[in-house]
Amino acid sequence: MAGTGQPERRGMSAIVQTIARLVSGMLFLYGWYIVLHGHLTPGGGFAGGVLVAGSFILVSLAFGSVENVEQHRYTFSSIFESVGGLMFISIGLAGYLAGVSFLNNVWFWVGRPLSLVSAGTIPLANIAIGIKVGAGLFAIFLALGASRFVMEE
Amino acid sequence: MIELYVLLVAMLAAAVVAIQVRDLLAAAVAMGLVGFSVAVIFILVQAPDLAIVQIVVEILSVVFFAAVILRTTHEDTTVGKAFGADMIVPAAIFGVFAVVFAGLLSVVLRELPVFGSPLMSVASAYIDAGLKQTGAANVVAAIILDYRAYDTLGEAVVLFTAVVGVLTVVRRFGRRDHTEDEVD
Repeated sequence: MAGTGQPERRGMSAIVQTIARLVSGMLFLYGWYIVLHGHLTPGGGFAGGVLVAGSFILVSLAFGSVENVEQHRYTFSSIFESVGGLMFISIGLAGYLAGVSFLNNVWFWVGRPLSLVSAGTIPLANIAIGIKVGAGLFAIFLALGASRFVMEE
Repeated sequence: MIELYVLLVAMLAAAVVAIQVRDLLAAAVAMGLVGFSVAVIFILVQAPDLAIVQIVVEILSVVFFAAVILRTTHEDTTVGKAFGADMIVPAAIFGVFAVVFAGLLSVVLRELPVFGSPLMSVASAYIDAGLKQTGAANVVAAIILDYRAYDTLGEAVVLFTAVVGVLTVVRRFGRRDHTEDEVD
């Protein structure tokens, strides 16, 4: 490759990268759709989180990585995983604010059943679990299969 | 009902292929077929929540396995070892375990309700009162995030521990001290 003037290609072929560009955004949105509608339709935080992780995994597989990008992926997935876990516990504390037990569902009278705003803290907990599962699985993937720099240091 | 049996046979066949084939990538794909069959079975028995989770987790599992295999080796070096004297004791222990397990299993299976007619004592209460008590139209979400929210908290901790464990085991070196960095 030296001397040809062409930049070295990272990741997979142009076909894979083009399709990854098209699909990853839709996969991300579909994952969040499943998270946000978890209290209305089948699915929920865990399934949606796996799909969101899948969209990030698709991008990292298709386009490869350089050192600082990989470090950012690693750092942000760790941060979001912790944030998701803390969010879930914080939502549980809302039970105390309402005068009932930890992790008890509160404010479930807000909104109308079968509409998006309903079921109290259940959709909020779904969001927290979605963030946690998505970031956690992406971190595991980086450690196991995609790391070129961070885990080799 | 006939579809369930077809899928079960497909699962067993794929499982046998997975443990017998020498190429690890082919084994991972065969395991994917097992998971896919499970997802279709969940759809047929009207459990869409489980089907969704099963299909997405299965796809991600195959991706993980493929990524790891492509970085290491395709070859399964444990296949084809001849049965030797050193395997007699493990084989005997496994034989005893298999006999005991089969005996207990035959007793337990007689106590199960008929397939398709499950006992519904707790589930009936959830279905009757779920919407009124929680506001969630999806009863599964009501169960895992309201009735059994502590259980879900435990699962979140399990996943967190899994991530920490994987990162710890896979990392080749511990973090360096600042003094070492300064010396470098």
